[in-house]
Amino acid sequence: MAAHAQKASSRTRSERKLAWMLCAPAVLAMLLVTAYPIAYAIILSLQNVDLRFPDENSFAGLSNYVTVLTSDLWWTDMFNTVFIMVVTVSIELVLGMAIALVMHRAIFGRGIVRTSVLIPYGIITVVAAFAWQFAFAPETGFVNDLIGGETDWFGGRFTSFVVIILAEVWKTTPFMALLLLAGLVTIDGQLYEAARVDGASAWQRFTRITLPLMKPAILVALLFRTLDAFRVFDSIFIMTRGALDTESVSILGYNQLISRLNLGLGSAVSVLIFVCVFLIALVFVRGFGAKLEEGRPGG
Amino acid sequence: MEHQGRDYALWSIAIVLVVLFALIPVLWLISISLKPPDELTDQSFIPQSVSFDNYKSLFEGGIDDSPFIKPLINSIAIALITTVIAIVLASFCAYAIARLEFPGKRLILAGALAIAMFPPISTVGPLFDMWRALGLYDTYLGLIIPYLTFSLPLAIYVLVAFFREIPWELEQAAQVDGATPFQAFTKVIVPLAAPGVFTAAILVFIFCWNDFLFAISLTSSDASRTVPAALAFFTGESSFTAPTGSIAAAAVVVTVPIIVFVLFFQRRIVAGLTAGAVKG
Repeated sequence: MAAHAQKASSRTRSERKLAWMLCAPAVLAMLLVTAYPIAYAIILSLQNVDLRFPDENSFAGLSNYVTVLTSDLWWTDMFNTVFIMVVTVSIELVLGMAIALVMHRAIFGRGIVRTSVLIPYGIITVVAAFAWQFAFAPETGFVNDLIGGETDWFGGRFTSFVVIILAEVWKTTPFMALLLLAGLVTIDGQLYEAARVDGASAWQRFTRITLPLMKPAILVALLFRTLDAFRVFDSIFIMTRGALDTESVSILGYNQLISRLNLGLGSAVSVLIFVCVFLIALVFVRGFGAKLEEGRPGG
Repeated sequence: MEHQGRDYALWSIAIVLVVLFALIPVLWLISISLKPPDELTDQSFIPQSVSFDNYKSLFEGGIDDSPFIKPLINSIAIALITTVIAIVLASFCAYAIARLEFPGKRLILAGALAIAMFPPISTVGPLFDMWRALGLYDTYLGLIIPYLTFSLPLAIYVLVAFFREIPWELEQAAQVDGATPFQAFTKVIVPLAAPGVFTAAILVFIFCWNDFLFAISLTSSDASRTVPAALAFFTGESSFTAPTGSIAAAAVVVTVPIIVFVLFFQRRIVAGLTAGAVKG
């Protein structure tokens, strides 16, 4: 018996060793570009580092954070980011749910809907941004002609947001719809039959059965899309480059780091963005009870 | 019957709306790319006359002078290399998680999830500084490394979900029937695992193909600049012409093959995107 137990435990030990060896390369590769750089970003953010003046590095304490948090630009960009995030994700939730319902319940043509929904997913975000920019630009676009207007869409802050939000919604709604569809198919069809027999209307069936049962799937989809939307960068960079107060916080970070080479200030922005993302995830998990083990990384 | 007819009409409208919503930007790009320069500003959705000049100008001058060929090669090479490495590493890791018992399993899955939520902009500054010191700035490897990091969580989650469904007993059954362990693995397990591996590969490739932030931050020339970054820096034929036509043509060239590919493998992509999304 003792020999048997020993043999079993040596097998578990060798199984553990094998498992760790198999996981080590992937884990190292994931840590290499996240844990170390974020630690390095924190160190950089506490110093005066400007690559244009390499000899003037010095310890700065929290002064970079004070500079960022007391600047109007940071708060304007934060407002823009949160505004775009909230509007985009709200529209996507409604639209994604509608598309998911069409894919799930349509009496015909489910295949063609699923096929077309995947097109935006396959397109490069930058390409989608150009397509919408060309469509709305007064010189080249067909949109003004279509709606019979003369709007200079990229001449103002909020009209620019309209196009940016439209491009973002177009590109990412398919992902939302597919995640919601995955939640939708797990609902037992008999529940609807029973409700129908009891005289529940289509709207009642949706609000009393579909929505409550889909809450976990909705929360996970919302969490991933909210975090993704908070990082909005590509569409704004292509359409306005942040002109006319349309910058997002990611664009601000990029400008400080790469355009102005001010690694100290830029890193403070980066660390603050990291903290915001952490807080958003915390709100979803603690506040709304999103079950992360049911979640998955976004595409 | 009347009721059914109304349902049929409503569903038709819903379906047409969804299809139009998805297709209009793509058709629009194709339309712009075919317009000759003097008709570019006619504000019409459908081109009045068709010209392929925009496509010709993309490839003019061969690999050295064309603004497009080198970035296209870079994009394909970087995405393919990353995909191969990511799939190998993720397969090892997912196999261990799906089949073996070991402490730290949940920690790895939680860590992968955390990295999927990680804001890439937070690593751009440090990477920019480190890559310049290490000589990785503006190289393939300088982009492959961050792409690997940010695509591994996706690949691991998709592969774990697929590997958990594989009936691993078949491997032993084949050995009982006289197959060698190697034969049992290559003839039984590999064919069962291949669809999942292929799905993960498609998703990783699309992730790398799409990236813009790292591509503009960590490259400075055509040596390693990928298509999304190159498009953002396109210039017109002269400083007086906007590059709209060339951008549209380039966008069509990089979009149409991917769309065909995505449509061809749509079942796999849907399965991959929703793998493990909801525990059944």
